Amino acid sequence: NPYTGLVSRLRAAWLSGKTRPMEYRVAQLEALGRFLDEKKQDILDVLASDMRKPPFEAEFCEILLCKNELNDTLNKLGTWMKDEHVEKNLATQLDSAFIHKDPYGVVLILTPWYCPIHIVLMPLIGAIAAGNCVIVKPSEITKNTERLVAEVLPCYLDNDCFAVVTAGVEETTKLLENKFDYIFFTGIPSVGRIVMTAAAKHLTPVTLELGGKNPCYVSDSCEVQNVARRVAWGRFFNAGQTCVAPDYILCSVEMQEKLLPALHEAITEFYGPNPQESPDFARIVGDKQFQRVQALLSSGRMAIGGQTDEQERYIAPTVLVDVQPSDPVMQEKIFGPILPIITVASVDEAINLINTHERPLVVYVFSSDKKVMNQVLEWTSSGDFCGNDTLMHVTLTSLPFGGIGNSGLGKYHGKFTFDTFTHLRSCLHRNMALETINTLRYPPYSPQKLGLVRLASEVKRQGTCTLL
Amino acid sequence: NPYAGLVSRLRAAWLSGKTRPMAYRVAQLEALGRFLDEKKQDILDALASDMRKPPFEVEISEISICRSELNHALNNLGTWMKDEHVEKNWATQLDSAFICKDPYGVVLIIGPWNYPINLLLVPLIGAIAAGNCVVMKPSEISKDVEKLVAETLPSYLDEDCFAVVTAGVEETTKLLENKFDYIFFTGIPSVGRIIMTAAAKHLTPVTLELGGKNPCYVSDSCEVQNVARRVAWGRFFNAGQTCVAPDYILCSVEMQEKLLPALREAITEFYGPNPQESPDFARIVGDKQFQRVQALLSSGHAAIGGQTDEKERYIAPTVLVDVQPEDPIMQEEIFGPILPILTVANVDEAIAFINARERPLALYAFSSCKKVLRQVLEQTSSGGFCANDTVMHMTLTSLPFGGIGHSGLGCYHGRFTFEAFSHQRSALLRGTGREALNTLRYPPYAPSRLPLLRAATETRRAAACVLL
Repeated sequence: NPYTGLVSRLRAAWLSGKTRPMEYRVAQLEALGRFLDEKKQDILDVLASDMRKPPFEAEFCEILLCKNELNDTLNKLGTWMKDEHVEKNLATQLDSAFIHKDPYGVVLILTPWYCPIHIVLMPLIGAIAAGNCVIVKPSEITKNTERLVAEVLPCYLDNDCFAVVTAGVEETTKLLENKFDYIFFTGIPSVGRIVMTAAAKHLTPVTLELGGKNPCYVSDSCEVQNVARRVAWGRFFNAGQTCVAPDYILCSVEMQEKLLPALHEAITEFYGPNPQESPDFARIVGDKQFQRVQALLSSGRMAIGGQTDEQERYIAPTVLVDVQPSDPVMQEKIFGPILPIITVASVDEAINLINTHERPLVVYVFSSDKKVMNQVLEWTSSGDFCGNDTLMHVTLTSLPFGGIGNSGLGKYHGKFTFDTFTHLRSCLHRNMALETINTLRYPPYSPQKLGLVRLASEVKRQGTCTLL
Repeated sequence: NPYAGLVSRLRAAWLSGKTRPMAYRVAQLEALGRFLDEKKQDILDALASDMRKPPFEVEISEISICRSELNHALNNLGTWMKDEHVEKNWATQLDSAFICKDPYGVVLIIGPWNYPINLLLVPLIGAIAAGNCVVMKPSEISKDVEKLVAETLPSYLDEDCFAVVTAGVEETTKLLENKFDYIFFTGIPSVGRIIMTAAAKHLTPVTLELGGKNPCYVSDSCEVQNVARRVAWGRFFNAGQTCVAPDYILCSVEMQEKLLPALREAITEFYGPNPQESPDFARIVGDKQFQRVQALLSSGHAAIGGQTDEKERYIAPTVLVDVQPEDPIMQEEIFGPILPILTVANVDEAIAFINARERPLALYAFSSCKKVLRQVLEQTSSGGFCANDTVMHMTLTSLPFGGIGHSGLGCYHGRFTFEAFSHQRSALLRGTGREALNTLRYPPYAPSRLPLLRAATETRRAAACVLL
């Protein structure tokens, strides 16, 4: 196996204890910060050349959000690493009972192509903070970014403990035959299954950040123009190639009538009358992906946009109407700048439709009515939920980000990344002496001893106050 | 598939929202409490007939622990269920940002035979508390408990939402073909792999409570008689059939010379001169398991015990010496009343020995020297750690209990069980107005806006105080 040597080398480094001291981890994290600062222009360039990502979008999503994560981690690492002392019962009163934060060991991070720097760095930050050695495999689809990460990132990190591996599908399969102590995968559900099956052979814990069709319910009571802008922004950012983009709209026929002109206006505001000429609108990453997304345009009827240019891999910001649940555009995650609208009679019908699909990464609801908002929140299940906006929940490092069911397993961002890559090791330090108390539990057993043991260790139901 | 109907029925019940209200969950948990009270004698009888488990051991390791977990859950459920509000950045100051605790849906709990009530009910408590519907599969090996649980437990719980399934290996394989939203398994690593592989097909998250060989390092500075009692208690409780029992001792030749008479004295104190006559010593659960454990007696030689009685499935409390790392007894988890001693020169050699093997569920170290204890803790990796005692770290509801690597994935007890069965759903609720702030992020992009956007969302590195 071509990677066995590398994995052994990193495992030996981990066993040496090199990554344990806080100073070491801080030094590696600060080096990551320097990578983001010094290589910023290179990052913007490769993202522009791989998918014509507008520099503003790249700065916001790939650089700014990573810097936030880095700073949040550096600010709090000392606290996160500390032993956490816990409540004790009578029997353990004089003991030391705490949770020790142990690294897992050698972890593997597999990243996708759509936010290729962000999704390498975000988990990497937490993995390093938690004291692990890491192998990162950037996506082979965004070729220039892959090269940048493979050639430049290792110069900033300790090569004893961190490595970047470039691999296509076949080599990745070989990579996964090795035993890792944690695997963090971002990508599509079908590959998520393959990764988890490979992990199962070694009983390796996993986090799977997958995807789904994120529904966006727009109720009749809302400020239509604001809704249109917020939804359009979320849908067309990065030409729709965002795991948390709103995938389809659910609204009443009346709301659709109002939304269409509002969406048209928002798109024009954003990208001008001919979005192909706007420097602020990205392209589809590759020919294969372009063909796939283009084919979805045949569902329903194009109310806005629909133009394509194969040479540039350009697909115009598009809104489809008269879409049926059985249409192709409703059978898979769109991952392109197409927004279908499906009409429903009521919020109940919207909820039913959402619940017949696999659970998505995020559910969006637009409504001025808190009751409607709460109803959708309570009666649906999703990774996350955002009311009256799109994408923004991802920007708070204090909110755990992740899916459920087909959209994923596990959470990260901020402390949750550190927690993901940390094993909670329970510790109880007892006294070498004080044996008398222990004799209660030893044979020969007696009912008297039982009563005392229960007294010393059993948790009681707290009394409920009753007004007499 | 014989279980598809059952799973659908429970899923429909979950979608109906029946398990969501706190009052419902409390009612189910209180019913579990009544089961433990009203069926206590039946539980004692079933465990006595399945493995001659002494009533005292059943009381403290099965009934009392379940009652503590139940009371702890009932005392804290309101707090656990609450939405958790989180820190916000400038851009989200006026929004509502919180984490909801959503149930997963329909969960499967597979219990083992060694603590068949504890290891089925403690996860069940957390699963119910978290609002899930549950399918339980007790072990077919502890037949009388299986019968008791299958026939009596359902009458205490709401049968729309909770079911007990009795199944052998073949039927369990069929059960696992169904889609569950969470699977909680306690058992051996090889079956853990099968469970996780089955779960991977549906991207179902899992907790695997597995096992391993729990090392017990005894340093030269300790109170030998206390050590002997605490180790003997942990090893011979339930005739050694405990996942956290000390599996083997590592100590110096000199310490071995002191430990042997001390262990002999402890065993006699506990079980008398002929343990086969003691009512306080259990038996091996079945013939197949008896054969397996008996075969391990051929490793090294028996310094204490070694007698067996096939008819009773009795194996005497036994200590083996002159054991080599290649001996059969060092190749698998013993899970019987046999304690091998291996000699090492010093603590470093003990640590190297431990680290050359799969990571265990528990790691024990006995020393009056804090430095030695700290060294073992820091330089090894295990599910949990207990200094100067055995097993006791498992009895605190405030400590997360689980393995790492081969010994498992995930943890539970107390709040951690609730969290294992809960999906943390991030929610961000924004206002419908205040659109002016949002325009910062919309196209057409202007570099001048980036600093403002950064200021509104960034996390800064906190200044380090420097003493001048």
